[in-house]
Amino acid sequence: MSVRILYFASLREALGQASENIALPAQVANVGQLQAHLAARGETWEALSKTKNLRVAVNQQMAAMDAPLKDGDEVAFFPPVTGG
Amino acid sequence: MTVRVQAGDFDIGAEIAALTRGNAKAGAVASFVGLVRDTNEGAGVAEMSLEHYPGMTEKSLEAIVGEARGRWDIMDALVIHRIGPLRPGDTIVLVAVVGAHRGEAFAACEFIMDYLKTRAPFWKKEKTPEGERWVDARESDDEAAERWKN
Repeated sequence: MSVRILYFASLREALGQASENIALPAQVANVGQLQAHLAARGETWEALSKTKNLRVAVNQQMAAMDAPLKDGDEVAFFPPVTGG
Repeated sequence: MTVRVQAGDFDIGAEIAALTRGNAKAGAVASFVGLVRDTNEGAGVAEMSLEHYPGMTEKSLEAIVGEARGRWDIMDALVIHRIGPLRPGDTIVLVAVVGAHRGEAFAACEFIMDYLKTRAPFWKKEKTPEGERWVDARESDDEAAERWKN
């Protein structure tokens, strides 16, 4: 099972990349587990666990940390929005 | 119902006029225009840039307008939000709502702005004399959106 991941704003800058495609390990079944899996890469990736009020969207809809993932999903991580 | 995300400026008067053209049942247009300020959090702002999430931005704005339509008896609504580099005095956002009477138009316009501020995936980055910085989300914006839940 693989997913496409997008990063925006300060998170994108901290990670030095805007997107990636990854194959999910068997133990990663939801958004929160994906966040922990990515943060465990260490160093700059800890931004994923340290960003205050981190938001997540799955397939372009705001999602909760316990939202399940399926093959082909587009998952976006970003800080709270500041438009308008 | 129209949602547009664009880099270019827009003519507020022309947009509002177009919204009610040919609609003789329209009795009210409530609008909100957001502008770039030259100061924020005690620092001067020389320039700002707006990043967004293409695809989700449009969907979230359409969903917000749809929700407003479900809550109030409105005839039409327009949301234009700019992206990219902007300077103090530039327009950032226009929300305009058409109704038969002002009550629905005012309420729906404010609701759309409050939800846009907390749900639409835009992020502002400012250029100040001390360097560039991402704008922090405000708790007061969350509180403003929260009050519509009752």
